[in-house]
Amino acid sequence: MTAEAVLDLSHPPSKPFRETLARLLGHRSFVIGGFLVLIVLIIALTADLIAPFDPLRNAARVRLRAPDSVYWFGTDHFGRDILSRVIHGARISLIIGGATVLMTGLFGTLIGAVAGFFRPLDNPIMRLMDALMAFPAILLALTVAAVLGASVVNVIIALSIATAPHTARIVRASVLVIRELEFVEAARALGASEARILLRHVLVNALGPLIVRLTYVFAIAILAEAALSFIGVGPPPPAPSFGNIIANGRDFMVVAPWITIFPGLAIIVTVLGLNLLGDALRDVLDPRMKV
Amino acid sequence: MLGFLTRRLAGAFLVLLLVSVLSFGIIWLVPGDPAAVFLDAGATPDQVERLRRELGLDKPLAMQVVEWYSRILKGDLGRSILLSRGVTEAIIERLPVTLSLAGISLVLSVVAGVAAGMVAATKHGQPVDQAVMAGALFGLSIPEFWLGLVLIVVFAVQLGVLPTGGFVPPTESITGWIRSITLPAIALAVVHMGFIARMTRAALLEVLSQDFIRTADSKGLTRLHILLRHGLPNALIPILTVTGIVAGSLLGGTVIIEQVFSIPGVGRLIIGAILSRDFPVIQGGLLFVALVYLTINLLVDICYAIVDPRVRLE
Amino acid sequence: MPAPLLRVDGLEVALASTGATIIEEVSLSLEPGETLGVVGESGSGKSVLALTVMGLLPRALARTRGNIQLGGDELTTLSPDAWRDRRGRDMAMIFQEPMTALNPVMRVGHQVEEVLMNRRGMSAGDARRRATALFERVEIPEPARRLAAFPHELSGGMRQRVMITIALAAEPRLLIADEPTTALDVTIQAQILDLLRDLQKERGLALLLITHDLGVIAEITDRVLVLYAGRVAEVAPARLIFDAPAHPYTRALLASRPALTGPRDRLVSIEGAVPSVGAMPPGCRFAPRCSFAIGPCMTAPPALIACAERHAAACVRVGELG
Repeated sequence: MTAEAVLDLSHPPSKPFRETLARLLGHRSFVIGGFLVLIVLIIALTADLIAPFDPLRNAARVRLRAPDSVYWFGTDHFGRDILSRVIHGARISLIIGGATVLMTGLFGTLIGAVAGFFRPLDNPIMRLMDALMAFPAILLALTVAAVLGASVVNVIIALSIATAPHTARIVRASVLVIRELEFVEAARALGASEARILLRHVLVNALGPLIVRLTYVFAIAILAEAALSFIGVGPPPPAPSFGNIIANGRDFMVVAPWITIFPGLAIIVTVLGLNLLGDALRDVLDPRMKV
Repeated sequence: MLGFLTRRLAGAFLVLLLVSVLSFGIIWLVPGDPAAVFLDAGATPDQVERLRRELGLDKPLAMQVVEWYSRILKGDLGRSILLSRGVTEAIIERLPVTLSLAGISLVLSVVAGVAAGMVAATKHGQPVDQAVMAGALFGLSIPEFWLGLVLIVVFAVQLGVLPTGGFVPPTESITGWIRSITLPAIALAVVHMGFIARMTRAALLEVLSQDFIRTADSKGLTRLHILLRHGLPNALIPILTVTGIVAGSLLGGTVIIEQVFSIPGVGRLIIGAILSRDFPVIQGGLLFVALVYLTINLLVDICYAIVDPRVRLE
Repeated sequence: MPAPLLRVDGLEVALASTGATIIEEVSLSLEPGETLGVVGESGSGKSVLALTVMGLLPRALARTRGNIQLGGDELTTLSPDAWRDRRGRDMAMIFQEPMTALNPVMRVGHQVEEVLMNRRGMSAGDARRRATALFERVEIPEPARRLAAFPHELSGGMRQRVMITIALAAEPRLLIADEPTTALDVTIQAQILDLLRDLQKERGLALLLITHDLGVIAEITDRVLVLYAGRVAEVAPARLIFDAPAHPYTRALLASRPALTGPRDRLVSIEGAVPSVGAMPPGCRFAPRCSFAIGPCMTAPPALIACAERHAAACVRVGELG
């Protein structure tokens, strides 16, 4: 198995983009996951157009309304339409998830690549990453977000700190495998500078595992944002992130469970879609990884 | 074996040193003066100054770190500003609650997850496999705190069969303890079950395709015997790895779930400290949780060596 | 003449996915105490033949037709579990790669004892004593200590001896050995072959020995079945294979054989390659590589034609070529 994996890696860059795409499109998880994520994305992008009400509009007359033909998902204790809040929540949650993916992708890659490519820095950097990973990710994110102060940007920073170390480890592992392979040697012999080798060959080949990891990071970030908001260190209310809506609904779980149920289902759909995408990408891009 | 242990211990100790700096350093992230942040705008400069001295923030940074190390080496994690008591005592007092919750969730996740993964692997490609894997992926996608809330509404409020929250120590009443811990343990376990099931299936599928399984088959042993005596032991390393990861993740999960079910554990202590900026408890709590995590991983490493004779040679 | 212990009749194995055949019209018989060598290049289907007889070919991957009889009992109509029950007790197999064929995390002694306990109903104590005796018989030094070893602690030769012990533990009547010496050092190869021959004599085993190595064939087999691209090319007493090969493929094999004193290596020097599964020529499968091929060779696969007692070859020109 390992021998095959190595063989598989020894001529990786030639796999044409077109062929990879074709394999992805033939993968059931990719199609279903992509469909779910696309729907959530479209909802988030067009929130202003499709939300039936203003998500922040208070309406004392319609407080705690059960779902009906006007308020499909019911209303909360301020009379705010839950459907509209969930639609706008998709936007905030996707922004936080997307920004976390970008930050983690950037810093995780940077840290992992430096550790993998510059031997003397490897041990110190990776021990520091180990230390960061010794804290449960959710607790680390919670603490950092709380200490920095509740804001969307701080949530993104906190989630990135919590997810970057593992990403760095994955990138480093890819770099370590690839840098020993023949085509990097060949590039070196041809006189490419160290920096160009690093960027061109190694990163292009570490891309598969990285994309897979970042897809999962997106899912983790959506789940973690919700948990942070629930504890009260997420994006400050009244902004309707998925987590904020659930946190608001908590006190009314008994009389108005819909406030909590619907944003939770929205999280499940989004995260399920991302996990399906991640599984498909893993199958196609990174056959070495199992789970 | 001894060399293996020594190396792992040395590695863990190095990481622990870094972990303790990070735990302490969380206070450096505070925008502005931590003492002022704790006391809020209403405090007099005098009060702020007194708290700064109490927290040791008036001393040079290097001095603070040295003092922190000399304290934690004695097992003293400092004094809570809010509770005006030792952080170590507060944690120790609440530890059994959290450990029992996390422990039961871990057992649940591992037993159900490994069983589901084994079923899926032996029925590879069949509808049972697809159903188990779909269920596992779905479980992975549920926010655990939300699941906790839903469980409360269904089983505590609607059906009224279990309490909505709180904690009964087993010393007081065993049935009360089981009843109080059932819902939070399930809420925590569902996600991790899915994770373990996926890992177990993948590991077993790999093992079952290997030559020695064919040898076992050529002996005419039953499928169950082959699965349990040849398949599973060889899949244990990845299962152990994932169990270690899950144990760490469960520690984080208890922090949130204790909040949902009003369980007075270490997690709730830390959340309370986080929300009130009680820095000594945050620092001590972080260090403590990381210490538990590192210990678990060290145990997992030792288990590797027990499970796989080849590891001892490395 | 004693009744054959193993009788394979018109065996066909095809890929379940594409329907392409891996083995076609293979028939053979094997008597108690007899050693039949199955020889062929890689891709000839010889390992598939072995696995099929054992019932170890995954049913999801391959479709099987034809008959396999062991001691007069038809195996192909058995349920998977009933076939499983014949394995170990009635027939056993030795694999090529003794490193991967043994469970890496189980002590080798236990890998032997579990056969004795589960397949012969022995108690743990009896199994241990029997395993020790068997280790002694296969000339493993310090058997009591070696029982507690893990596979990675043993040399390749020792591991293959363990493998032989496992195969013989439940006292099967048929032993299938698939390239049992290929993965071993040359000096060890001879020892293992000697051991196999002695054990076979001693126990009156029917031995089906799969190999690509004509040296092995010369050393210990009574009869030889030459397999080419999934079909029987020639079947003959071992002596005749060397003295009077009838099939052009057998001749080519012999011609490509390195000097007896040289290293035994893979057969590579016949021009061209074995046709791949699913891309078989319509006629004789060897025709594209055969220097004697004529018109009829290209249209239909030739049947086995007897050329002497117990000697037959699947070649239309059997009589002409001498």
